[in-house]
Amino acid sequence: MVEKVKARVQELLASGKVKGFIGLRELHGHIGPYLFTDGGDLDGFVIGDRKAAGDTRYPLNTQLIMISRQYPEETLGVLVRGCDERGLKTLFNTNQLKPEKVVSVGIACPQELADVCECMKPFPEEFVAGEASEARPFGSVERIESIEIGERLKVWLGEFAKCIKCYGCRNICPMCYCPECTLEAKDFQAVGSIASENPIFHLTRALHMAGRCIDCGLCSEACPADIPLRTLYKKIADIVDLEFQYRPGYQDSKGKMSPNVLGEAAKH
Amino acid sequence: MEYRTVLTTCTYCGCGCGFYLEVLDGRVVGTIPCKTNPVSEGKLCVKGWNVHEFIHSPKRLTQPLLRKDGALTPVSWDEALDFTAKRMREIKEANGSDSVAFLASAKVTNEENYLIQKFARAAVGTNNVDHCARL
Repeated sequence: MVEKVKARVQELLASGKVKGFIGLRELHGHIGPYLFTDGGDLDGFVIGDRKAAGDTRYPLNTQLIMISRQYPEETLGVLVRGCDERGLKTLFNTNQLKPEKVVSVGIACPQELADVCECMKPFPEEFVAGEASEARPFGSVERIESIEIGERLKVWLGEFAKCIKCYGCRNICPMCYCPECTLEAKDFQAVGSIASENPIFHLTRALHMAGRCIDCGLCSEACPADIPLRTLYKKIADIVDLEFQYRPGYQDSKGKMSPNVLGEAAKH
Repeated sequence: MEYRTVLTTCTYCGCGCGFYLEVLDGRVVGTIPCKTNPVSEGKLCVKGWNVHEFIHSPKRLTQPLLRKDGALTPVSWDEALDFTAKRMREIKEANGSDSVAFLASAKVTNEENYLIQKFARAAVGTNNVDHCARL
């Protein structure tokens, strides 16, 4: 699988179609993001499956944004799974990246990963390796909603109480590109004081994920307290879809929002 | 265009969390927790997440300073170490070995911490050894 991806990346770099390719490299037994610039040197190129499928995924779109801002004239390549591609579309939509300056190389996730992620589309529109797995419904949302509402509130407050305010969920998020974050804006947050209390901290972030979260799950993976953030944001995505008929990254290939994006709420 | 990720260990405490420092054109611009690190498994605390911020701080000490006539003055390592050794010897001789204490650090290696406690006990003769990682 990785050989097919490498061949494509090698071709892109050798032909000069991209100046660099943001992917993953394994070095000294560890896997992390890496910018490949020489098609002849793809040593250590991996797709992020170390012990289990997709267990070493990183927010490569974040690196793409950072390098693109420094080199706006250059075209860059990036490794994408289904979620990363949803991210790219949404980042194009919100003018964080230029579609003509990005070449994505897609891989499809195996079923085991799609199952764990409860992914609605575990493959990009075009992929050079892997096979399209079946989509999975948001079972985690259903499970938590089956709990009686008073008890459910207790469950969530218990989860939020574990938070150590590391801001890891915000920091790892490939869709968190705001120059100033509400969670540390001076108007809301005094410098030198502990971050806003629970559950305001988490609900603020959850609301800011509306129309933006592409369900990659990196937040949950980065959380030292194992708070099920992904489940929370999945629910937010369901609400946005219900009210506005919009799910970030699932729209047409040009990434246009559906015309009735404001939905019924606009008539109120 | 040069973007590199450098695998390293957090200097803030003794846990030893692992992360990549992101280096764009020679400047350290970000921190990414390393998912394959057996200690931290892709997670960090708020200090670790911001560890890159002090690297280029103009407030960082880059050379030894010695207070001369009331003002901190840049000096060579040789001068700083000679001065420290001389004063430590004077204090020890005047007030005994236990008038000196050694504060070790979470920001250095196990081997360096071993050396400092060995120096404290064997060379200076005190068990006054503590460290900054009292979490």
